[in-house]
Amino acid sequence: MKIAESTPSSNTESALRWNRKDLLGLRELSSQEINFILETADAFEQVGTREIKKVPALRGKTLVNFFVEPSTRTRTSFELAALRLSADVINVSATSSSLTKGETLKDTARNLEAVHADILVLRHSSAGAPQFLANRLKASVINAGDGAHEHPTQALLDLYTIRRKRGKISGLHIAIIGDILFSRVARSNIFGLIKLGARVTLVGPSTLVPREFEKLGVEVSYEIDKILPTVDVVNLLRIQHERQRKEYFPGTGEYTRFFGLTKERAKLLKPDCLIMHPGPINRGVEIDSEVADGLQSVILDQVTNGLAVRMAVLYLCGGIATT
Amino acid sequence: MKNGKQNSSAGVLIMDAEAIRRALRRIAHEIIERNPRLPEIILAGIPSRGVEIARRIADFIRGIEKIDLETGIIDVAMHRDDVGTRGELPVVRASKLPLPLEGRSVIIVDDVLYTGRTVRAAMDAVNSFGRPARIQFATLIDRGHRELPIRADYVGKNLPTAANEKVRVRIGSANEPDGVWLLKPEAAG
Repeated sequence: MKIAESTPSSNTESALRWNRKDLLGLRELSSQEINFILETADAFEQVGTREIKKVPALRGKTLVNFFVEPSTRTRTSFELAALRLSADVINVSATSSSLTKGETLKDTARNLEAVHADILVLRHSSAGAPQFLANRLKASVINAGDGAHEHPTQALLDLYTIRRKRGKISGLHIAIIGDILFSRVARSNIFGLIKLGARVTLVGPSTLVPREFEKLGVEVSYEIDKILPTVDVVNLLRIQHERQRKEYFPGTGEYTRFFGLTKERAKLLKPDCLIMHPGPINRGVEIDSEVADGLQSVILDQVTNGLAVRMAVLYLCGGIATT
Repeated sequence: MKNGKQNSSAGVLIMDAEAIRRALRRIAHEIIERNPRLPEIILAGIPSRGVEIARRIADFIRGIEKIDLETGIIDVAMHRDDVGTRGELPVVRASKLPLPLEGRSVIIVDDVLYTGRTVRAAMDAVNSFGRPARIQFATLIDRGHRELPIRADYVGKNLPTAANEKVRVRIGSANEPDGVWLLKPEAAG
């Protein structure tokens, strides 16, 4: 190893060092740590432009994608990120695991550890499942979405996309629109945006956007047409029909009428306002096709950036000594 | 181990600013002498001090030959071979190299050559961008103790050291003069 001290005045190197083995949520991260991940992601985005789009950073490490809830895009994004870091990847889904045979989460995880898995990427329907495992396992645990709690890598890629497109996050006004109550994406976004100095307004039906959220330091509005002209970013959440119970709102048609980003409503936006969506989009429900495919939409940039952000997270959490 | 809290006054001064300047000017002359097709060269520094050293060598070559060499940055973090052995990680920066590399001569530049593992990682990083015609290596200090079959093409100063000593390089600081110091084990803490 090279032994030479850094001279902080001669370079822009961050004095901060990463020392977490797990990424469970953005709530517990400092703004410095969030920025550290975003800066690391800059370096990994650039790997995607190289002739050889693969680096040996996690060579010899084994990553287990453990998805108890179905997900294609998050799982494949993690998988490709791991492959580009030269890790070996195993995919385990709820149906292919013994969870259906009555094995507990802890026992399944212990079995994964017994085969010397180094990184566990977990999606689970129960909030807190990643924390539960992180406390018990030597392996790094990355939360890929737990219940209605957090989805940190989605929020990080949203932050990364805003920062890339607008050059900053601090001082921007972001509207998060839709089903906030059940959304782990919204929760992680709120924590991250507030920490980085953005102004956040939550918009949606009152049943899905309770005033309770104001305690997190955000504003709540039920009048979308008043908010749209004032924001720099709209982040539209998917209406999760599969989770929705009828009492929360009458139907998707009515949702679209009151809160959907229709062609007409999109005209209220500032010309440089970014339109984001974590996907998969319900065309014609929370967003019109013309808007989703329009010039202000950065929905596909989010997918591309997700790869860089997940490479950064896997590199940082999986790359530190865990003994 | 890196220790960012060392006092700059600790240790024995090996090179002062003027000695560093003369060494880098000599390296610039050697690069000119050994590379008949200068415009093919890319001076690629390893952050952070290697980047500054590469910039200074480019300045000397511009002064001597009136040619602006292209420069680049190689961050080796993702190509290192000690993953999983450190308790904390520094931030990774994007590498920047003028492309394509085919037909070019990449000169990797760093401040201290020690085990050779950083240079090995830097060569892998360069190769992931393409296949340069050749790779050379320039270092301000060669302190010995190689762990890989690697040698430098251009050396500012050979500095025999014990493995438990530290070499400290300061270059390009806004407030303090450039210098190279050797820190004995007790001073190195």
